[in-house]
Amino acid sequence: MELSEHLFRHEAGRMVATLTRIFGVHNLALAEDVVQEAFCRALEVWKFRGVPENPSAWLMTTAKNRALDVLRRERTARTFAPELTRQLESEWTLAPTVEEEFGAAAIKDDALRMMFSCCSPRLAEDAQVALILHILCGFSVDEIASAFVASHAAVEKRIMRSKKVLAGSRKLFDISGAEDFARRLPAVQRALYLLFNEGYHGASPEKAVRVELCQEAMRLTSMLLKNALGATPSTYALAALTFLNAARLPARLDTSGHLTALADQDRSQFDQALAEEGLRLLERSATGPELTDYHVEAAIAWVHTSAQRTEDTDWAMIISLYDKLMALRPSPIVALNRAIAIAQREGPQRGLEEIQAIQDSERLRKYPFYHAALGELEIGSGHLEDAREHFVAALRLARNPMERSFFEHRISACK
Amino acid sequence: MNEFVFLYRGGQAGRSPEQAQQMMQKWMAWFKELAENGHVKDRGQPLERAGKLVNGKRKTVTDGPFAEAKDLVGGYTLILAKDLDEAAELSKGCPILEVDGQVEVRPVMKLNM
Repeated sequence: MELSEHLFRHEAGRMVATLTRIFGVHNLALAEDVVQEAFCRALEVWKFRGVPENPSAWLMTTAKNRALDVLRRERTARTFAPELTRQLESEWTLAPTVEEEFGAAAIKDDALRMMFSCCSPRLAEDAQVALILHILCGFSVDEIASAFVASHAAVEKRIMRSKKVLAGSRKLFDISGAEDFARRLPAVQRALYLLFNEGYHGASPEKAVRVELCQEAMRLTSMLLKNALGATPSTYALAALTFLNAARLPARLDTSGHLTALADQDRSQFDQALAEEGLRLLERSATGPELTDYHVEAAIAWVHTSAQRTEDTDWAMIISLYDKLMALRPSPIVALNRAIAIAQREGPQRGLEEIQAIQDSERLRKYPFYHAALGELEIGSGHLEDAREHFVAALRLARNPMERSFFEHRISACK
Repeated sequence: MNEFVFLYRGGQAGRSPEQAQQMMQKWMAWFKELAENGHVKDRGQPLERAGKLVNGKRKTVTDGPFAEAKDLVGGYTLILAKDLDEAAELSKGCPILEVDGQVEVRPVMKLNM
């Protein structure tokens, strides 16, 4: 019996979510300990006896038995989930209650409930993303630090603080109330969007890490779509945008993990299955009156994915979509992408003018691809000396060896 | 072929689920290779950490062993090998060595009667 990829990681998220519901959110740390013990036990036993037929069920049962021990041992010293207190107090009802809470029907929504709880307005967006990765995706502090190219200490501090906020909230988010659900949904979508982007545009030099972040975002978005309240047009649009961009990921990072410029991407490497699923999701998102930035971004991704060659790209369509995106969610990055699209259609000089016209470009100047975009357009205008300076500026801001080698490559092209 | 016992001591559990899974996969791969080459007589069993110690003529029973985690035997395997050198060589592939663990290799005593 082989273990499926990332099985432990995904089971960790499921187990913590269920245990936290039974123990109460204030006992989050206790739930994490029980999960840790379940993995230790699995490791000890499976080594010798082989992986069981159903490893997920084995882990869940181990967690359940351990939970029973903990509940028996600590019921006088601790309080557990307030809504279960009475049933957990008596030996008569303890075991049947725990059995029921670990049943398929009860655990179905645990991960989703945890996802919504992590997206508390009391937490900053980056804290929400880190917490989701840690609790629901089973990433350790070190793994998050390496994915975000941040220091262990900084991530640990952020996670500790966020967990404290989560554990300090009286209870887990109630996902059964339609109104509360709808109010919290945009924050959840946003966190998943940021998680995906961290993989797609992020700073980690490792292709595998970035693909994993994208996959986690897609897995959690699919989970959201399985819930009747979660399956809104905007969630479909978010899912579509992740699938359509993920379809291009193999071409975006070449086999050695180097970044490839859009024009040089080998489109035969696009993942057709993901692209088709993305289109299906995009079609499903096109209901109701709401047009979100996710819809527009998904449409942009679709135009890129569906073009046979770069020169076949419908730039007029892309420009109009960026105009819409600027109206919905203006940002210097969106403006930069719009300017690049304009350059594709109307020539590099027009692109440069558009970039110069971007408001609050202060933040953009810290972004290596801002300088790289200027460099590309200067090359297109035949100003190799200017182009070189821009790529040198980009190189100074490069966040990893992959970006560095990409910019060095461009510098050497400016001769 | 002669019989040997591998006793596994110590070894830290992975600090993340992904590390634990990778460790698991290494053990599976190691045992698979040993078995394919005819070296596994009995894959063996894991041992619980907690037990009892029964001592001396008075047969006093105490809880234990409370050895430090690094000295605790966590399981054993029965191995077939040509000689002690080969058995020791085989133990070098054990994943426990990557996480500060030990493999004690002991020949099963042979009776030539």
